[in-house]
Amino acid sequence: MTGSALLFYVFGALALASAVLVVTGKNAIASAVYLVVAFFNLAGLYVLLEAHFLAASQILVYAGAITVLILFVIMLLDVSQLVRLQGSRNAIARSLGIVLAGLFAILLASQLAPGEVGFPEKLPEGFGTVESIGDLLFDRYLLAFELVSVLLLAAIVAAVAIAHREGESTP
Amino acid sequence: MLLDLTMVLVRIALMLLVVLQVIPLLIWWERKVSAYIQSRRGPAYASAGPLRLFGIVHTLTDVVKLIGKEDITPSQANKPFHFIAPAIAMFVALLTFAVVPYSGSVVIDGREFSLQAANLNAGILYILAIASLGVYGILLAAWSSNNKYTILGGLRSSSQLVSYELVMSLALVGALMVYGSLELGKAVTHQSGPFWHWGAVVQPVAALLFIVCAFAETNRNPFDLPEGESEIVAGYHVEYSSLRFALFFMAEYANMIVASGVIATLFFGGYEIPFLPTETLRANAAPILRIVLLATAAGGTLAGLFFGYLFFQGNERGPRDPDAAALAVLFGFGPAVAAGAVLALTGGGHFEFGPTGASLVAAVLQFACFMAKLLFFAFLFIWVRWTLPRFRYDQLMRLGWKYMLPLALLNVLATAFILERMAK
Amino acid sequence: MSVGLHHYLLLSALLFVVGTVGVITRRNAIVVLMSIELMLNGVNLSLAAFSRYWGDGSGHALVIFSIAVAAAEAAVGLALLIAVFRNRQSVDLEDLNLLKG
Repeated sequence: MTGSALLFYVFGALALASAVLVVTGKNAIASAVYLVVAFFNLAGLYVLLEAHFLAASQILVYAGAITVLILFVIMLLDVSQLVRLQGSRNAIARSLGIVLAGLFAILLASQLAPGEVGFPEKLPEGFGTVESIGDLLFDRYLLAFELVSVLLLAAIVAAVAIAHREGESTP
Repeated sequence: MLLDLTMVLVRIALMLLVVLQVIPLLIWWERKVSAYIQSRRGPAYASAGPLRLFGIVHTLTDVVKLIGKEDITPSQANKPFHFIAPAIAMFVALLTFAVVPYSGSVVIDGREFSLQAANLNAGILYILAIASLGVYGILLAAWSSNNKYTILGGLRSSSQLVSYELVMSLALVGALMVYGSLELGKAVTHQSGPFWHWGAVVQPVAALLFIVCAFAETNRNPFDLPEGESEIVAGYHVEYSSLRFALFFMAEYANMIVASGVIATLFFGGYEIPFLPTETLRANAAPILRIVLLATAAGGTLAGLFFGYLFFQGNERGPRDPDAAALAVLFGFGPAVAAGAVLALTGGGHFEFGPTGASLVAAVLQFACFMAKLLFFAFLFIWVRWTLPRFRYDQLMRLGWKYMLPLALLNVLATAFILERMAK
Repeated sequence: MSVGLHHYLLLSALLFVVGTVGVITRRNAIVVLMSIELMLNGVNLSLAAFSRYWGDGSGHALVIFSIAVAAAEAAVGLALLIAVFRNRQSVDLEDLNLLKG
């Protein structure tokens, strides 16, 4: 087994395990921490896929911003009530959900099982570097890029408008 | 293969050495500089034998004290998180330094080895990414301690760090547009030559914004609200004692060192010596080394004479202060004699260097230059802490979002405009 | 034994399924939000793997877009959560049944 294959299994197993812990955790803060662990291992997988820029953005945005925001909200709201999570939904919904998910997993796995598809040995020059992704973003996907920036602006306005309390002066 | 492995180990060891060995020095500086600013004498009593060395021994006794203290975990704390939080803080601080080049490359067997722990294509993004993780150490410590003050500190720090990270990244965008790369090594070579090539001269607004944000990201005064003593006791680390407190304490200084290193690298030429780009330095390694040795011999003799004069003249501790004698030998006559001996042995400093030797001489000098810049900014951190009062929380948020963010955006716009005009 | 495209696709599918289970079975809105992030990450992984397979950076560009959308989703989602908590003192999804006849 080569080094990168070993790393794939380590990162993959850790990512999957922490994902399961996120979903099954009884404590919202612990779930958020496991989420960060999962993001970290995914960043490791991106590095194995020669996507260094993605790995850095993954940590910067997911671990550095989104999960911090989630933790912030958990702590900002009533901590004592939120941290201890009530159980999941009623038994029927839960078992139905798990059965459906299991069927979905089997379906996906059966579609993937037959072909052992390897990766090409050679990659084009500059694959996964900042320059190549920048070229794509500002050339082929320029319209999508601009639309995403509008979406982000809308999200900022929406977040402020929703979370802002009526009649309260902003500091 | 063996060479590769050795170089990897050397690079990592040097990186850790820079961060970990400067921490005690900075703690000592913090005490001495604060004392000087407040017209006190500062630590002066801890001694190793007859030597007090201006209180630097005090740091050592501090370590002994912290090891000797009881390690308390609050009974209502979440134990695993309480245990791991200081480790995260320190780990993140050390990890950030991995992409900072602390010297030019070394040529061995015709191959170049750049002196940084890891050379990444997205190096600056890596710094931003890892630095943004520092908040987890604080947040977990805050929440797991199960204490109102720690929670307040944690909330303050998370909102502060997220806000200023944004400005930090935007400030960097302007500088990156000039350098044309996210690699730190390229940013440094872009700034080589005279000092008006420095990022701070080309991108003054970005440099200023970045330095202010670095203060906020390291939770140093005037941005030290997460641990504001007068308001929330000590913020997120109230419930920590002994070595786990020491880890938080060290992480603060490690963060300062990393921030100083990044500021020096991105905006003040990094390891490049002003007016002496790497190629010039390598081509003239022999004469430059001779000048450096002569300067060491002369400067060392002068310093030795000065400390010797202090030794005989006496100070407030009376005449014959052993400290003065030790300083005279350590920083005066010792280096002077060593430099003189090297000069004498080589017949007045006639060196012959191959490419390896020349690159080694250049690397050592550039390392010294980088450390000088780093220590200057570390000093700036301490200086500002003891000079400025702390912000109020709403002032902090207003400064970040209403003044610095628009300024950073304007800077990006102006830079793009100027670059576009220059390209034509 | 080398790791190929199908290994990554399987892992991404499993992550997606774990996220789906979280969305379906949990009642706490914050955990549901985190599960959605997991699902998005599963998809991102498959995009990066395909990108590696074809040697084309388009997958990377798509992942960048997906990360941006996830950031927007988290911001609005958390803002909604704060508003809901303020009105009902709870973030339990089962409590949000005002429209039930």
